[in-house]
Amino acid sequence: MTRKPPEPVEVVKSRREAALARLVAGVPYIGFLGARFDRRGDELTAVLPFHPSLIGNPAIPALHGGATAAFLEVAAIIELAWSNLWQDMEEGRIDPSAEAFPALPKTITFTVDYLRSGLPRDAYARATVTRSGRRFATVQVEAWQDNRAKPFAQATAHFLMPEL
Amino acid sequence: MAPCARALTGENDVKEIQMSQRLIQARDVMQSLPHAQSLGMIVTETAEGSATITMPYDPRLIGDPATGVLHGGAISALMDTASGAAVMCHPSAPAATATLDLRIDYMRPATPGQAITARAICHHVTRTVAFVRVTATDADESRPVAMGTGTFTLERPLP
Repeated sequence: MTRKPPEPVEVVKSRREAALARLVAGVPYIGFLGARFDRRGDELTAVLPFHPSLIGNPAIPALHGGATAAFLEVAAIIELAWSNLWQDMEEGRIDPSAEAFPALPKTITFTVDYLRSGLPRDAYARATVTRSGRRFATVQVEAWQDNRAKPFAQATAHFLMPEL
Repeated sequence: MAPCARALTGENDVKEIQMSQRLIQARDVMQSLPHAQSLGMIVTETAEGSATITMPYDPRLIGDPATGVLHGGAISALMDTASGAAVMCHPSAPAATATLDLRIDYMRPATPGQAITARAICHHVTRTVAFVRVTATDADESRPVAMGTGTFTLERPLP
């Protein structure tokens, strides 16, 4: 019996980067916010570089609660879509250059808690899919700035999964 | 004495003028927030404990290019801003406010090409917390796009 040789690391990396880039490019609003995604294996970290247009309260100054909420929502939706397409991507059933790409989940409810005011610095977020069903999925997401142990906002979202 | 000059002297009238000045101030403050400006928000109405803000349709805010529907994040930002404005317009005259939490239910996709309007009502305040309900609609006002409830901090003015 012959074993299939492992794929070259460049092939694996470029396939994953292409799929992630395609996913992120599919949401114009992510570009508007200026957010991007760092990837280590299947782990994603959403990064929101600071920009003056994200300010809500110029007196403190603090990030706008709406910008924070939008960042968390974007992080949650991309994590869910990413974890959903992982298997198909790894098994070569998804072509990032193809016209059609899997549809994104739709947000049903989004609940955000503000824990401390957002500073005028870069922000990071990581999301966890706590339940992924055929029709519904639940995602938790947490955002921090300087200290990972001191999140400044967290959110729970329920999504409607796209029809297969 | 002209009727309008007489009207200015009554105690209730003074309160009313202070209130309307505060409403104008709250409108200007909310409108000037950098992130509100970058989303093109316009404060269309402020009243005691309520505020209405409109955000034009903008292709940069699309969440799903296949349909052209706006991203929920942009609508969240609009609803958060309208809610904060409603708190600032409350008769208790808060000095400042910040969102504690906000829950938004997305009931249907916003129709592409249409502006979104958020109407927020600050229906109750305690010494430190304000409670808000907010509704977002597109051109079809009979079917809300999203509804939300939030709590906000309430900083009392210095005595």
